[in-house]
Amino acid sequence: MIILERRPAPSRLWTWATPPLAVLMTMIAGGLLFAALGKDPLTAIRTIFWDPLFGPFAGFTRPQLLIKAAPLILIATGLAFGFRAGIWNIGAEGQYILGALTGAAVGLAFYPAESRLIFPLMVLAGALGGLVWAMIPALLRVRFGTNEILVSLMLVYVASNLLAWAALGPLRNPEGLGFPGSRNLRQWASSANLELIPGTGLHWGAVAALVAVCAAYGLFARHVFGFAVRLAGQSPRAAAFAGISPSHLVIGCMGLSGALAGMAGLFEVTGPAGQISIDFAVGYGFTAIIVAFLGRLHPLGILAAGLLMALTYIGGEMAQLQLGLPAAAIQLFQGMLLFFLLAMDVLTTYRLRLKGRPAPEPSSAAAEGAR
Amino acid sequence: MNLSGISPVLLLASLMVASTPILLAALGELVAERSGVLNLGVEGMMITGAITGFAVAVATGSPWIGFVGAAAGGAALSLLFAVLVLWLRSNQVATGLALTLFGIGLAALVGQAYVGVRAPVFARLDLPVLGDLPILGPILFRHDAVVYLGLGLVAGVWWFLHRTRAGLRLRAVGENHDAAHALGYKVQLIRLGAVLFGGALAGLGGAYLSLVRVPQWTQGVTAGAGWIALAIVVFASWRPWRLLLGAWLFGGISVLQLNLQAARVPIPVEVLSMAPYVVTILVLVLISSGRGRAALAAPGSLGQPFHAAR
Repeated sequence: MIILERRPAPSRLWTWATPPLAVLMTMIAGGLLFAALGKDPLTAIRTIFWDPLFGPFAGFTRPQLLIKAAPLILIATGLAFGFRAGIWNIGAEGQYILGALTGAAVGLAFYPAESRLIFPLMVLAGALGGLVWAMIPALLRVRFGTNEILVSLMLVYVASNLLAWAALGPLRNPEGLGFPGSRNLRQWASSANLELIPGTGLHWGAVAALVAVCAAYGLFARHVFGFAVRLAGQSPRAAAFAGISPSHLVIGCMGLSGALAGMAGLFEVTGPAGQISIDFAVGYGFTAIIVAFLGRLHPLGILAAGLLMALTYIGGEMAQLQLGLPAAAIQLFQGMLLFFLLAMDVLTTYRLRLKGRPAPEPSSAAAEGAR
Repeated sequence: MNLSGISPVLLLASLMVASTPILLAALGELVAERSGVLNLGVEGMMITGAITGFAVAVATGSPWIGFVGAAAGGAALSLLFAVLVLWLRSNQVATGLALTLFGIGLAALVGQAYVGVRAPVFARLDLPVLGDLPILGPILFRHDAVVYLGLGLVAGVWWFLHRTRAGLRLRAVGENHDAAHALGYKVQLIRLGAVLFGGALAGLGGAYLSLVRVPQWTQGVTAGAGWIALAIVVFASWRPWRLLLGAWLFGGISVLQLNLQAARVPIPVEVLSMAPYVVTILVLVLISSGRGRAALAAPGSLGQPFHAAR
């Protein structure tokens, strides 16, 4: 019988080996799923993971990679801080919507003026919108001890109702012939967030994502805030003795993730989406949670995980078009990925051992046979 | 605007129906949390139950077998959660989220074949004499069997948790798993049972939405009901009877906002539809800031992984 024994410290090897393994296992399980749906599994896997990069339409799909990855990486980087400290901001989707709404509203207030200052102002407003929305659960948690998971999640539903209200009401395009949705921000030079280098998909959101990854890396490795976050996550008691205020940490982590999610929303609404519309939110805020875990809550890991998750989005769309694979299959695929990752995490903190064999070290580990 | 169109009797009657799915899911989660397992995947299990129940009911033509299928579907999904959390010791918060994402994807995939299909009609149980009572009749005695099942389960769960030896054991495991283990209780098995019960009830709650409330399959049919169920468990400070109160409160608000929408009250529809979520937040704030500090009532080992040292 195989039993688990706790490692003295998490295995470094397994910490980084489990994400690729989880991806591999998801491909196998996904292949079985696709086979069950009556599709050739190998073709499906190739369409999702290979064709977007090197297939016949790669020239068209490759730029999409950065466009889809940018919001995921931006949001996940912010979430990583909270998740490391044990603060669960599950409502990034709502903060993303609010960022898009406030940013677009501030920009449209100046319409049709043309100025280079409008776009930076919109980015600022977007970040602020996300920040304010994240402050609701943060302050409630600090002041009243309210569960931030539930509050931030409830606010997603509030935000999507606000979005519908704004798209049909105050932000509706006055020249839009009564159709819901705002003016097209892509077609207005002051707010358009277009590709900076044609054919790469690199827009300001991708730039911001890269900056955020570098800054987060610096914060975690060199700054006292990153240290406080890591310490609080590993040992709340030690953090309290070190004089780290849990309240400040909650506000800092939630605010940071909210602001980044809000910025991601603004970059999306001015670029790829183009306008505030009812179906503007497509779940980046939730997928970013998977990205954050898949990237091990580490900025560089998140960069890689974001690109991979973007690949499954694009590949999923291609599989829809070419193989008639249902859209929901890719959602299931992403959920499976997180499952496999969490399941294999057991290998980083525990060691598998056959019962009866002597323990490799003379610790109390041998006594763990009870379970 | 025509507020006179809203009849208080009908309002209370539909409150009973509207609160049933949340009540069922919350009751299951309450038992799971009392055993020390925080399963944030209620939304995923509910929506899985909604589609399995719908599919089984359409295939067999019987809503009853549909409900059984829904409970099985919800329990199957929660088994996945239990294996990950109890034996592979993954983080409960992250695994619960994964369960929700997975469940929504699974339900959407399976549900594609059922868009636009009508569910078999689930007959109301018009109690002969009691149903004819002037005001109480329509409010209390003209519902379908699942409404009464929900009420019965509240009493049953209360009795089990607070009046039986097995319930005491379950609570002991949730309060302090190390002490319970030292007493020789099978911590993992008791938790497995509680999680499976939670999954089955969440599945039932989901099926009530797709088979009775709506009654058809639409993607995202649960619309956050699972998360509201989680909030109600906190609201009830893990006590079954308070849970009933919470479910009625939220059922009442969602029914009221629908009625106000229908009465064309000059408030934007979107503002009305966000009301249940806003009220949930407000109630959570009130509960957690109150003098009793509901947080103190939370099971002691809630969310902690168990690894037997001896």
